[in-house]
Amino acid sequence: MSGEFKSGRIVIVGASLAGLRAAETLRDEGFTGELTLVGDEPHPPYDRPPLSKQVLLGRVPAADVGLPARRQVDARWKLGVRASGLDPAAKEVLLANGERLPFDRLLITTGTRARPWPHPEEARLDGVLTVRTVDDASRLAERLDAGPRRVLVIGAGFTGSEIASACRERGLAVTVAERGPAPLVGALGGTLGSFAARLQRAHGVDLRCGVTVTSLLGSNGRLTGAELSDGSRIDVEVAVVALGAVRNTEWLDGSGLAAGPRGVACDAGCRAFNMYGIVTDDVFVAGDVARFPHPLFDYQMLALEHWGNAVEQAEVAAHNMVNPGPLRRPHLAVPAFWSSQFGLNIKSVGVPTFSDQVTIAQGSVEEGRLVVAYGYRGRITAAVSVNRAKWLEHYQRLIETAAPFPPEPGAADRPTAPRVMASDVPDPKVLSHGPTVALTGHLPDRRLAVLRPMA
Amino acid sequence: MQIVVDLNRCEGYAQCVFLAPKVFELHGEEALLYAPAPPAEQAERVRRAAAACPVQAILVGEQAGADAGTGAGADVR
Amino acid sequence: MSTETLLERINAYENRADPYPLYAELREHGVAQQNDGSYLVGTYHEIAALLHDPRISSDVRHRSTPDAARPDALPPSFIALDDPEHDRLRRLAMRPFGPPHSPGRVDALHEDIVEIARELTDGLRDRDRIDLVDDFAYPLPVTVICRLLGVPHEDMPELRGWTNTIIASLDHSPGEDPQEKQRAGTAARMAMGAYLGDLAERRRANPADDMISALVHDDGPEGRLDKPELMTTLTLLTIAGHETTVNLITNGMLTLLRHPEVLERLRREPELMPSAVEELLRYEPPVQMLPQRTPLTDIEVGGVIIPQGAPLFLMLASGNRDPLRFEDPDHFDPARRDNRHFGFGSGVHSCFGAPLARVETQVALAELLRRLDGPRLVEDPPPYRHSPILRGPRHLPIATDVRAGADA
Repeated sequence: MSGEFKSGRIVIVGASLAGLRAAETLRDEGFTGELTLVGDEPHPPYDRPPLSKQVLLGRVPAADVGLPARRQVDARWKLGVRASGLDPAAKEVLLANGERLPFDRLLITTGTRARPWPHPEEARLDGVLTVRTVDDASRLAERLDAGPRRVLVIGAGFTGSEIASACRERGLAVTVAERGPAPLVGALGGTLGSFAARLQRAHGVDLRCGVTVTSLLGSNGRLTGAELSDGSRIDVEVAVVALGAVRNTEWLDGSGLAAGPRGVACDAGCRAFNMYGIVTDDVFVAGDVARFPHPLFDYQMLALEHWGNAVEQAEVAAHNMVNPGPLRRPHLAVPAFWSSQFGLNIKSVGVPTFSDQVTIAQGSVEEGRLVVAYGYRGRITAAVSVNRAKWLEHYQRLIETAAPFPPEPGAADRPTAPRVMASDVPDPKVLSHGPTVALTGHLPDRRLAVLRPMA
Repeated sequence: MQIVVDLNRCEGYAQCVFLAPKVFELHGEEALLYAPAPPAEQAERVRRAAAACPVQAILVGEQAGADAGTGAGADVR
Repeated sequence: MSTETLLERINAYENRADPYPLYAELREHGVAQQNDGSYLVGTYHEIAALLHDPRISSDVRHRSTPDAARPDALPPSFIALDDPEHDRLRRLAMRPFGPPHSPGRVDALHEDIVEIARELTDGLRDRDRIDLVDDFAYPLPVTVICRLLGVPHEDMPELRGWTNTIIASLDHSPGEDPQEKQRAGTAARMAMGAYLGDLAERRRANPADDMISALVHDDGPEGRLDKPELMTTLTLLTIAGHETTVNLITNGMLTLLRHPEVLERLRREPELMPSAVEELLRYEPPVQMLPQRTPLTDIEVGGVIIPQGAPLFLMLASGNRDPLRFEDPDHFDPARRDNRHFGFGSGVHSCFGAPLARVETQVALAELLRRLDGPRLVEDPPPYRHSPILRGPRHLPIATDVRAGADA
């Protein structure tokens, strides 16, 4: 019975963290068939979080950020080649080099790419960069090594803030431009947003909120400055575009899958939906490109750009690819992520944007050590710690058990009169940077509702 | 040698920093930075650090896909 | 059937050599309320939750029981305080010991520890019978902590006396006057604090390359420990810095002698030693329980409400053997994976000196395996020390084959 699941041909499109961990899990689960990994970057899988931290600080060469293998995967690797299409009827992945890869089961882990600067000519100026890939980070680290007089960071989400932090630690002047009211506000809401704003300014960042960069200026093909929506103008030699990520789903256009700018929709078992909302049984999705329903968050479709989600969802997807129905598992992990910036360790569990209220549960803003708890309609849905990581497990348990919000009084290190405030999570539309957690309670793209004849 | 730390698991006990201070480092009071590809002479310390991690967050291994080759459409098994 | 409570039976000396069946009984109970109003928790997941729960205090002054108001002239050390005060004191104490300010301190001691262990094993060379405790497991960590802190080695016998009195005051055993033990403990704490405070004053005038000198000269942003804080902190570091390690090393050798196949394997695969020490911390932890926790509010644990102010005992050694968390928990597996044990506790109060204890024990056991020929237990179980909290053999007589010729 299980023999058919453990053999055959599996293709994984996307050879980064999720694709790698899925491949390893497939072998752990006894898959003996033919395994192929396709990756558009020429590098073997590597770890992205250090790119905006150790690498930009100059502590670690970009080339060092490979990922350790958990085991051998005995796979055929096709690196440096993009998947260009999916033929679900023929069960083939089309590659940009014209090759066709037949599969019995497919896993989509194509992730995201950096959202480019919207004006292509300006984006081509020498000195305009993004940070998503190892090559990006290597280029930016080189630019920072050269000691530019000022760096402009466009967008104050986690990546933008970490880049600004690295610049300040290197002693470089840096301006951060954010359309929203504060850094990190899209992911963490108003309380920690204003904390982050004070933090950046205390570290010498020229932080400008409520503004957009209207144009990047160049001379002889080199970036020289930028104009902001408030009419000001700054001279910069390097601009880092940190406007969030774009999901790599274009290659699935015409595939009949429920794929669009918000990701590829799937069930809690990582099986992709087709455009009619019917679950497929041979196409699975995991990692940043997936959107999936989560029971802790009203079954809203979550799309998480989180390292931990890539690992955990890949493991669930791989398990479900090689096991029959009754043995399949749901992906129920509580979302979690971290960021380190300006010498602080910021960790999150749950979904802070799924909230209407917050309270400081432990510590204080003044100390720079605190835990903020988030609630939605009277239950706790998230918590974020700043240099207080050892307590976070407690809040994870509260989230998992839908414990009441605000947390009951009577804890050490809790403010004597804790205030409950509006969580103040802005509409993502007002932010420069895309939210790292997208809550999307509807199907991805209107055009997918247009019925097309089946092939 | 290649390492990765699951920083979701990490709670900042810093045992790795004590045991392999040239590979792991606290950045501020709690944030962990590390060298993902430590030199061979640190291997023993790294293994001691991985064993000691109270939340078992350190994965030590050889680089994944090292056998994959690189370059456009490289097809290596 | 005994009418004694589980806690009384765990405390009873005749159960010291093997408390594990009692812990298994405790896990069957879930949360066990005792006649005196205290609560024992012995299951892994519940202990883990409580160790990370900010509603659980480490400060016994929050207890509703009479012994809470212990009259002590010295302030509590950080292990008996809650955040943010605990955090401040611990961070100040950490500055000369570990990261972020002194990340290389323990690593730099490694070679010293190897050297001390070699000197001690050199002394065992021509003997066919040793007491592992007196001949090795006690002098090793004492020498290390003296060197680290800067305590003159010749003062150690006096410190050992105070330490024994303080440790005896931590647990109550039937038939003894608890008041008397408390009084003696307080007096010993005062005397030891005064001694270490004076030593710190001397280092203030004449600094040396040691932790006490660093503490009294620290100019960090949060200032220094004041005199009473310094006295209690140094008392804590001195006691904790060797007491538990003596037990860890001794428990380690005892466990290896009881599992000769593991002992042989470690000789063949010395690279396994770090994970073997972690397994030892799970299997025979030197700190068996945390007896001084108190809920700050009524807390539900495993379906039982533990009331605010009730004495709460977290039975770490029991959690370490919980079959719901560890596969085959009574099996000693030096290569156990995902071994997230409670050997050093967990959460904000996790053992301050853990990295040092780890290095000392790894070095100690490796050196003993290398130097002892045909070691075997003379008596099993060996005689134990009294404390059910800091549990370990008082003596561990070992017979060995005397080697002809020098050791390589």
